[in-house]
Amino acid sequence: MNMTVQTKQIEDQGVTIYVEGEVDVYTAPKLRESLMQHCETEDLVRIDLSGVNYIDSTGLGVLIGAYKAQIATEGKLIIIGMNERIKRLFQVTGLDSVIQIEENQEGGQA
Amino acid sequence: MSEKQIDFIRLNIPAKPEYVGIARLAVSGVANRMGFSYDEIEDMKLAVAEACTNAVDHAYCGGDGEIEVACKIFSDRIQVDVMDRGNSFDISEIDERTGPITHQSSLNAVRERGLGLYLMKTLMDDVDIQLDQGVVVTMTKFIRKDVVESYGISPSSHQTNR
Repeated sequence: MNMTVQTKQIEDQGVTIYVEGEVDVYTAPKLRESLMQHCETEDLVRIDLSGVNYIDSTGLGVLIGAYKAQIATEGKLIIIGMNERIKRLFQVTGLDSVIQIEENQEGGQA
Repeated sequence: MSEKQIDFIRLNIPAKPEYVGIARLAVSGVANRMGFSYDEIEDMKLAVAEACTNAVDHAYCGGDGEIEVACKIFSDRIQVDVMDRGNSFDISEIDERTGPITHQSSLNAVRERGLGLYLMKTLMDDVDIQLDQGVVVTMTKFIRKDVVESYGISPSSHQTNR
C-alpha cells in the first residue's frame, strides 16, 4: 500500500510524472505535493498512471487540483497510461470530459 | 433481502489515513472469498475506502477515533457497514454537492472533494447512511448468479460468528 512518484523532464517538452502504486487518502498528499511543485513551473505536465493499480476520490481530487493549477497559469495537463479501471472511474465521475486524456502513451516506465 | 446472515466479520481500525488501505484489503478478501468478480471487488474496495476516508476526514477532526468495518455475508449479497462515532454531517447538504462532473461545469465548480459519496452510490447496489452519534454507512452488493457458478462458504471459516 505504497506509492512512488518519479519525474522525467525533457527540454521544451515539459515534464512527465510517473505514478506507481496506490493513490488513496494516505498517499495522495505526497502526490499533491509533487504535482503542485511541477504545475508551478511547467507549462506542460503529463501524468503517467500506467503504474497505478488503485486510485480513489482523494487521488482524483489531487488530479483535479493539478488540472486547475495548470489552467490557472494557462498550462496544460495530460493524463496518460490509464488502465481500464481508472478509465471507468474517469467516465463515472465525468472527469474524462474535463481533463485531457491521451490513449497512446509512450510506453510508460519499465 | 430476508435471507439469514451466514457470517459476520468485524474490523476496527484507527481513524487515520494509513489504515484505510487495511479496511479496503480486508473487504476485498471477504468479497473474493464470496466469489465476486474482479470488477465488483474493485468497486467494493473503492466504496469502502470512500466511506472510511469520509470518517477519517470528517468524523474526529484530527482527534483519535475508531472506524468499525463490519462485513455481513449473506448467500446472495454482502453488506458492509462502515461506522464511526465522530461528528456527523448534514446529509442533504452533502447530497447537493455531490455528483458527477459535467462538461458544462465551470472550472470552479469542478470539485476536488465530494466525489466520494457519489462513487459509493454508483459502485454499490445500495447505500444507506444513518446519522446518529456518528455516521453509519451501510453498503450492499449482490452476487450476480449468472456470473458465479458456485461460492462455498462454510460457517466455520471466519473468525467471528453470530
